[in-house]
Amino acid sequence: MTSKKRPLFDKPIVLRAIRESFGKLSPRHMVRNPVMFVVLLGSVLTTVVLIIDAVAHRGGSGFTIQIAIWLWFTVLFANFAEAMAEGRGKAQADSLRKARTETHAKKLEDPADHLSSELVSGTSLRSGDFVICTPGDIIPGDGEVTEGVASVDESAITGESAPVIREAGGDRSAVTGGTKVLSDFLVIRITANPGETFIDRMIALVEGASRQKTPNEIALTILLSGLTIIFLLAVATLQPFAIYSGGSVALPVLVALLVCLIPTTIGGLLSAIGIAGMDRMIQQNVIAMSGRAVEAAGDVNTLLLDKTGTITLGNRQAVEFVPVAGVTLEELADRAQLASLPDETPEGRSIVVLAKTQFGLRGRSLADDGGTPERPHEMEFVPFSASTRMSGVNMGGLQLRKGAGDSVAKWVRENGGSIPPELQGQVERIAKIGGTPLVVAECVGAKARTLGVVYLKDVVKGGMRERFDRLRAMGIRTIMITGDNPLTAAAIAQEAGVDDFLAEAKPEDKMALIRREQSGGKLVAMTGDGTNDAPALAQADVGVSMNSGTQAAKEAGNMVDLDSNPTKLIEIVEIGKQLLMTRGSLTTFSIANDVAKYFAIIPAMFAVTYPALNALNVMRLHSPQSAILASVIFNALIIIALIPLALRGVRYRPASAAVILRRNLLIYGVGGLVVPFVGIKLLDVLLVLTRLV
Amino acid sequence: MTANGWFQIALFSALVLALTKPLGIYILRVFDGTAGWLRPIERVIYKASGVDPAENQHWTRYAASLMFFSLASMLLTYVALRLQHVLPLNPQHLAAVTDHQSFETAASFTSNTDWQSYAGESTMSYFSQMTQLAFHNFASAAVGMCGAIALARGIAQRSAGKLGNFWVDLVRGMLYLLLPLSIVMALALVQQGAIQNFSAYLTASTLEGAKQVIAMGPVASQEAIKQLGTNGGGFFNANSSHPFENPTPLANLWQMVAIFAIPAALTYTFGRMVKNAKHGWALWAAMFVLFAVGTTAAYWAEARGNPIHAARGVDVDESATNYGGNMEGKEARFGIASSALFATVTTDASCGAVNSMHDSFTPIGGMVPLVNIQLGELIFGGVGSGLYGMLIMVVLTVFIAGLMVGRTPEYLGKKIQAPEVQMAMLYVLALPALILLGAAASVVLPDGLKGLNNSGPHGLSEVLYAFSSAAGNNGSAFAGLTGSSYYYNTLVGITMLFGRFALVVPMIALGGFLSAKKIAPPSTGTFPVTGPLFVTLLIGVIVIVGALTFFPALALGPIVEHLSMLAGRVF
Amino acid sequence: MSIMTNMLRKQLRPAIVLTIVLCVITGALYPAVVTAIAQLVFPRQANGSIIKANGRVIGSSLIGQSFASAEYFHGRPSAAGAGYDATASGGTNKGPTDAKLADTLVAQAIDSVVKLDGGVKGQIPSDMVTSSGSGLDPDISPANAVLQVARVARARGAQADSVRALVDSHTRPRQLGVLGDPTVNVLQLNLALDTVFPRAKGGAQ
Repeated sequence: MTSKKRPLFDKPIVLRAIRESFGKLSPRHMVRNPVMFVVLLGSVLTTVVLIIDAVAHRGGSGFTIQIAIWLWFTVLFANFAEAMAEGRGKAQADSLRKARTETHAKKLEDPADHLSSELVSGTSLRSGDFVICTPGDIIPGDGEVTEGVASVDESAITGESAPVIREAGGDRSAVTGGTKVLSDFLVIRITANPGETFIDRMIALVEGASRQKTPNEIALTILLSGLTIIFLLAVATLQPFAIYSGGSVALPVLVALLVCLIPTTIGGLLSAIGIAGMDRMIQQNVIAMSGRAVEAAGDVNTLLLDKTGTITLGNRQAVEFVPVAGVTLEELADRAQLASLPDETPEGRSIVVLAKTQFGLRGRSLADDGGTPERPHEMEFVPFSASTRMSGVNMGGLQLRKGAGDSVAKWVRENGGSIPPELQGQVERIAKIGGTPLVVAECVGAKARTLGVVYLKDVVKGGMRERFDRLRAMGIRTIMITGDNPLTAAAIAQEAGVDDFLAEAKPEDKMALIRREQSGGKLVAMTGDGTNDAPALAQADVGVSMNSGTQAAKEAGNMVDLDSNPTKLIEIVEIGKQLLMTRGSLTTFSIANDVAKYFAIIPAMFAVTYPALNALNVMRLHSPQSAILASVIFNALIIIALIPLALRGVRYRPASAAVILRRNLLIYGVGGLVVPFVGIKLLDVLLVLTRLV
Repeated sequence: MTANGWFQIALFSALVLALTKPLGIYILRVFDGTAGWLRPIERVIYKASGVDPAENQHWTRYAASLMFFSLASMLLTYVALRLQHVLPLNPQHLAAVTDHQSFETAASFTSNTDWQSYAGESTMSYFSQMTQLAFHNFASAAVGMCGAIALARGIAQRSAGKLGNFWVDLVRGMLYLLLPLSIVMALALVQQGAIQNFSAYLTASTLEGAKQVIAMGPVASQEAIKQLGTNGGGFFNANSSHPFENPTPLANLWQMVAIFAIPAALTYTFGRMVKNAKHGWALWAAMFVLFAVGTTAAYWAEARGNPIHAARGVDVDESATNYGGNMEGKEARFGIASSALFATVTTDASCGAVNSMHDSFTPIGGMVPLVNIQLGELIFGGVGSGLYGMLIMVVLTVFIAGLMVGRTPEYLGKKIQAPEVQMAMLYVLALPALILLGAAASVVLPDGLKGLNNSGPHGLSEVLYAFSSAAGNNGSAFAGLTGSSYYYNTLVGITMLFGRFALVVPMIALGGFLSAKKIAPPSTGTFPVTGPLFVTLLIGVIVIVGALTFFPALALGPIVEHLSMLAGRVF
Repeated sequence: MSIMTNMLRKQLRPAIVLTIVLCVITGALYPAVVTAIAQLVFPRQANGSIIKANGRVIGSSLIGQSFASAEYFHGRPSAAGAGYDATASGGTNKGPTDAKLADTLVAQAIDSVVKLDGGVKGQIPSDMVTSSGSGLDPDISPANAVLQVARVARARGAQADSVRALVDSHTRPRQLGVLGDPTVNVLQLNLALDTVFPRAKGGAQ
């Protein structure tokens, strides 16, 4: 995305935020935030007192004027923080909106008839309509490819300039409105009504328009509201106590004390923190469907990762031929190569290549002409299927098969052959070291025999072990999901450094695993892209679907990774944690601040009634007025000072909870105690120097 | 301060520590039903009262039962006090108790406060003392334990809101725990000199030939449960400073240990219930640190004495023969150390018994009990109520800590979310609301001001203490305040009832909510609720929340009084 | 509605019955049992540690009494009723900055100690001029007793050293060696005084 390198304080964003801080003063908006609403009421009250005093010519209220001004600033600063956080999203939304500009669509009455299309407006399309897109066309809405293969430029959404392939059927059938077809053609069944498309949702999310308070935010708001009521009680009852003691306190001073005590720092920054969290997700090219999902990411206990494509490179490579007794190495290599000729999978290709490099066997391709004895024209490809778990070729009387050990063994026995005793050992040896054993067999006439085993090696991606170590430090357990047999799975798990694995996994096993973890009170995250992942994505607490995946997967998950990078989950978890940590740390900071404010304001309030209380004036502030004013100003300015922290988030380094807590307590707890003492004293000195008091 | 004084404090602490585990195990067995040696009696009681002991009550029903029982027992006492003059065991022919006094007393004892705005020896017949006040001492303590056990079950189990059976918990708490302990304790006190008889008041002719009428009564039996149940309602006006209630330093030590025994043991019981004994000890440790700090402050202030009195000629320096310090309102046999310790213990717990007059403590010495109460009486605290008060603070601590480590806060595997925070905040809010509003009204209304025995900042402290004590269900007092007026009896009575039941219901609700939650296993990502870091943070939250709430009021009461005292100013 | 009444019945019956049953157990049976055992095992303590002389009840060793005459040791100032009223226990409940306490109660007590016992301001034992919590404190500090020795000896015409020895023998050390502070029981000391140094017939006043 273009916003990736946007500085924290971008001039247009700041200017817009300043304007919006005033707009946000409306009580309807303010009441959503009880703490700041109380400050607003206090500001109004002080202003009213000021006006009454002015009308009654009681005068001498330069002090009250300053209090009132700074109270208003407190509210405005909090609004500014929120507007700043939103501003970054809004800038992003603007660029997204450009992608949503009015498009024209070639609507098909009959999806099979590509020629009779009707030109309609993109916004008139409804779910279930069919359109055809040819090179240069903007895809008019979210949909599912029903026919064709094409390369599509999705940079408007993902920021990634390399085109991607979209095709009918399989896991790459989903297309997003606003993206552009570059080659070939696609017939698309529209799946979203106008206003509900992915891009619409994205705009709403980044703008914060559909922002709901998240569960933790609600809980924290309750805590902050409770504290506000407590301080309201403490300040309101101070007046009778003061009257008993022989001197009442002026209303603006009481308001000043109240505003200083209630947790305005966190109250003012709370919504900015939440918005900024979503924003950080977007900068990672992850679209979270709700703030709730972002929070849940911070809580994840268990991470399910597909082995293929996530932990390993996805294409296993043949590295060794292991013949059984009575079969030469060359014979096995030749048959294996022959059986793989029409096999376009990376594994199949790697067998052909290995046979060629080791034994100089020609890479015979299907395109070759001429009927050599080995490759008669009537070669028939037997594709892999989930039920047979084998593939191979049939050439007249010669049948070749390669596949999982037990399936091939069954085939050999059915065709009157027998299994050499050493085969089992060879299969297990390869499986144990993390390889995939592929048994090769042939059947000539009606007599089948086993030839040997091809060792397919899984290649683990670089840097995986470090990433899993990091997750472990966060307290997250990773489980690898694979269709491999347990032996192979264990070896790969060992090599990659995951905590556990689920072998020979069928989709329903994955589902069962998630349920089992959840019933133990754990939160589960997973990534997926295929349609058969959809139920598990929906069941998982955090389901991240790949943007390259199917529409069904994208609907089922609660996040979409535009980069389609399954290990992105680590960043997602960190952002979730950072979000909560920022809230917790600023809450602690805010409450710890109150100690210093008491020491500033209480002696000042009762300077006349009880001069002895000046012993509590440990900061040696100049006068009662300067003390109160300095506290109020500090209280307002600290909001501004912490905006960068709120937007960027508290720094997160993977470590145990105890270590993180100790560090944050030192910085924000102890810091929160000390900083205001220094700040208020400095402001006091400054106020005296500038003769404002 | 003397080495001997510190040794007494250390000895007391060691006894409490030694009792925690064995008593904790016993309490565990009482409430999970493994201790069953009184099963036949239990069965008869359940049959007579129509209780199905196997019923596992939903939290709403558990709370309703608790409220119904408290209401029934409060009404009984109101009626009995109003009819005192026609009831038996009244050798002094004391009159019926007035309506507002009866209401206040019934509220006071039902709520485990035992605030007494009357003088026992001149107001209450033996019948009223025994069958009403002593009964409430048992019942209200057992009710408190039920609350704590219910909350603990909610935390420990996964049971869809079901928290056990209130009636069974009530009966077991009284029969298995409070009764046997009370009998032992009562006899230990009699052995030291506490009285236990039904005689009429005794008339003596003194050495100088004057007549001295000496009040009598079944004192020791009431004294025992008064401390064990952290009730604090004395037989006599002078409470545990009265030589017949608390005759010797050893009796004094037994009483202090009795106050802390069950609350301290409950931390261990809780740890075992949640299968994390270390967590129980962490709570114990947090409580102990706060206790030690309070004791040190009180002892320091009282041993230092009152400079105003020193200026008049009093020798405030301790020596082998002179007690020194501030002896106003203290008994010679207890001295400074045991008086300061008792004052701390009785207000750490929600007991409220006094062996010296807190009203006459130095400002800092008197602020320690006041602050102890205002922190919520969770430093060991009341029987049951101390534990659940502490658990509420733990919930808040865990909430803030959980956010700080970047996870949805979890407590012992259960997520702390909006409903839980809501209940915890209701609990935390109730105390300051009751204390501050009651006190604020009383220092400006003529009816309130009439009751004051001191002027200046100390008068404010008296009122503040009264409402803190009532809201916190402590029952001790800056006793100069005349609390027996219609105004105070009514307002304080209502405050006590809210201070008990407006706290216990959200707390049981919290237990209910938590019981419905899944228990997530701990991981390195969850914040550990054991160890020094947790204890420090918990103490920090308790102190900060309490201090921030009450600092302004305290500044105008004890703090300014302390500064005035140093300047030699009197009011 | 019927659910409501059913619920009420399910709650009310145990509430009422248990209130009564538990009231009887803890309010009647329990004190009865304790009283029975106490009267059997510790009859002296259970009945108030009464001191009798010639069949006459003089008082309780645990309850202080008023002494005003010069030949007796005096207890501490008392706020119980008119002083040592054992049906009206209590303290002054005056605070540390209370003018009446500082300038009237304490100040007058100090003046009286200065006048009667020749106490020196600044060296007055702290218990001597302050009221106890119960107003019935039977004890005084050793320093307090020692300061009164000269006056009592003078009034009784006894040797100060002998009276001092009597005080020392009546000084009770800390209980079990650690608990509380050393005390002197005023009533017991005065009883011993009457035995060892009998008053002049007809009183010495």
